[in-house]
Amino acid sequence: MRFVLTTRYGQDVDVFRHNGERFWYALLGVAVLVAPWVVSPYNVGELSLVFIWAIAGIGLMLLVGYTGLVSLGHAAFFAIGAYSHAVLLGYGVPYVVSVPVAVLLTAGVGALVGIPALRMTGVYLAVATLAFERIVAFAIEHSDPVTGGLRGMAVEQPSFFGVSIVDEQFFYYLCLAVLALGLLGARNLLRSPTGRAFVAVRDSEISAESMGVHLARTKTTAFAVSAAFTGLAGTLFAHKAGYLAPDAFTIQTSITLLLLVVVGGLGSLHGVVFGAIFVGYLPQALAIARDVLPGAVGQIPGLELGVFGAILVLFLVFEPLGIYGRWLKIRAWFDQFPLYRKATHKRQKSYLRTERVH
Amino acid sequence: MEVLQLLLSGLSQGCVYGLIALGFVMVYKATEMLNFAQGELMMVGAFVAFTLVNLIGLPFVFGVPLTLAAMVAFGMGLERGVLRPMIGEPPFAVLMLTIGLGFVLRAIAGAIWGNEPQTLDVPFAGDVLNFGRVVLGVENLVVIGGTAALCLALWLFFRYFRIGIAMQAASQNQLAAYYSGVPVKRITSLVWGISAAISATAGMLVAPIALIDPNMGLVGIKAFAAAIVGGFGSLPGAIVGGLVIGVAEQFAGRYLPPGAGEVSGFAILLIMLFVRPQGIFPSLQQKKV
Repeated sequence: MRFVLTTRYGQDVDVFRHNGERFWYALLGVAVLVAPWVVSPYNVGELSLVFIWAIAGIGLMLLVGYTGLVSLGHAAFFAIGAYSHAVLLGYGVPYVVSVPVAVLLTAGVGALVGIPALRMTGVYLAVATLAFERIVAFAIEHSDPVTGGLRGMAVEQPSFFGVSIVDEQFFYYLCLAVLALGLLGARNLLRSPTGRAFVAVRDSEISAESMGVHLARTKTTAFAVSAAFTGLAGTLFAHKAGYLAPDAFTIQTSITLLLLVVVGGLGSLHGVVFGAIFVGYLPQALAIARDVLPGAVGQIPGLELGVFGAILVLFLVFEPLGIYGRWLKIRAWFDQFPLYRKATHKRQKSYLRTERVH
Repeated sequence: MEVLQLLLSGLSQGCVYGLIALGFVMVYKATEMLNFAQGELMMVGAFVAFTLVNLIGLPFVFGVPLTLAAMVAFGMGLERGVLRPMIGEPPFAVLMLTIGLGFVLRAIAGAIWGNEPQTLDVPFAGDVLNFGRVVLGVENLVVIGGTAALCLALWLFFRYFRIGIAMQAASQNQLAAYYSGVPVKRITSLVWGISAAISATAGMLVAPIALIDPNMGLVGIKAFAAAIVGGFGSLPGAIVGGLVIGVAEQFAGRYLPPGAGEVSGFAILLIMLFVRPQGIFPSLQQKKV
């Protein structure tokens, strides 16, 4: 087991706690940098999609995992980011201007959703964001001149220094860079007073408020930041898809994002990456499983969604902290070998913690 | 007379929303769990009735109580097997769990009964009543009548039956009810059972109007809107909220641009949350220290 001896104040706020971590992250960095040359072009495309999921996941993780606000409407932010970016590109706005504008627009919409969210908790918020998602989908489907309605719209694919954005390797590095900056940004945000306020609101609104956290401002900020990240992922997704249609942004997208944060591990940025890998590669694993399974079982319609649901249920019942939580336990087992005690991570059973009075 | 017909079909559609919302609110009041699989319970109920009546060939009058009994057992089993380990977990976890459960139920139903829409054989299918120029479908009247009867039965149950009163106690304060000797765990199971049976009733009532298929549970989403519009946690509110949304959809679908009917329920929900977040019949207050 490693004990870090703190000798400088800076060590308390370092992104990496010790040289071991620095080494492993550097190794990971090298691995993802050389990946496009090693793996097949198909997998390069899949990995960029995983990165896009992860960027959107950062947004939802900040909201759900760190601020404790549930959103079933993140597909709407994803769609707003993708569509506004595509529309701006269509009007001839350069890429480097269009992305920030689309992200700011999404953040603005997120803040607007966040304002009524102040008066809502739990179920109200979940259903309100769901309603918001349906209404945004309705708006997109019925604004033919701008969004192409149900037919959808093609996305302009700009080039940089002679390299088109659809080039697999270039797009991979673009997504990787955005994800790395996004993770760093989120990590820093969470160490700042704003991020601490998020966590305080999640753990107890009442105590956060009495400690001087401005509840309205914090929740609105959380929504805006969350929407911004998801919108940013949307702008990348627009190029990945090449063609935007409303059926790419349904409630199922929202639920996939929720699956991502739950399976990855609520309340950890590592979890976002684990969850994104899971969500990104699950359809392929299922496609392989379909071939292996006996005919009748493999041909069940809607099997994918059923398996999605079953995995979600199993994780929530047996490992609510997700893949990252499981990893922490495995690490603790090695750290403390042979003294590891299962009870360390035992969940406390409690009575219903009610949020209401009669 | 078009208005009257729209109103009637809106009311009968609203009754279905209201019934699902009722099951949803009951579970919420008793356990503070949000059951996003409520619509799927309706779907399963409709398919069970379909199996008993169409496939096995039982008369409709025997099929209904058998379906209800089966669904009570199903709801209790679900509570015991999946939901009970979640007691004390944050509400978000339960919400996600029930969303996942909904997907699983849909896939299982698709595997057993196939994805083709089915019709339930009912004795009154296709009958109409003529009142001058107004033509009323008997199915619509049955939905409204069935809902009213169920509401009356529930009211009597909660008002006069020992176990109904125990349920109210458990929903108001679990710990206090536990101390007064109410078997809270068993009550919770039973609440899930009853809630599943209410949803199954909705499924059987809607089956002659709409078709039964594994995705019919998606109307559950509108039932949440209904529950919130009505005032979350209020049983009469759930029905009234359902009626409001059902009627609004019919009128919006008729007089507004295409597609507006689908989203009008959500629009009403958002307006309601801005204007009067506590709903038509307020019953919950936020905890203050």
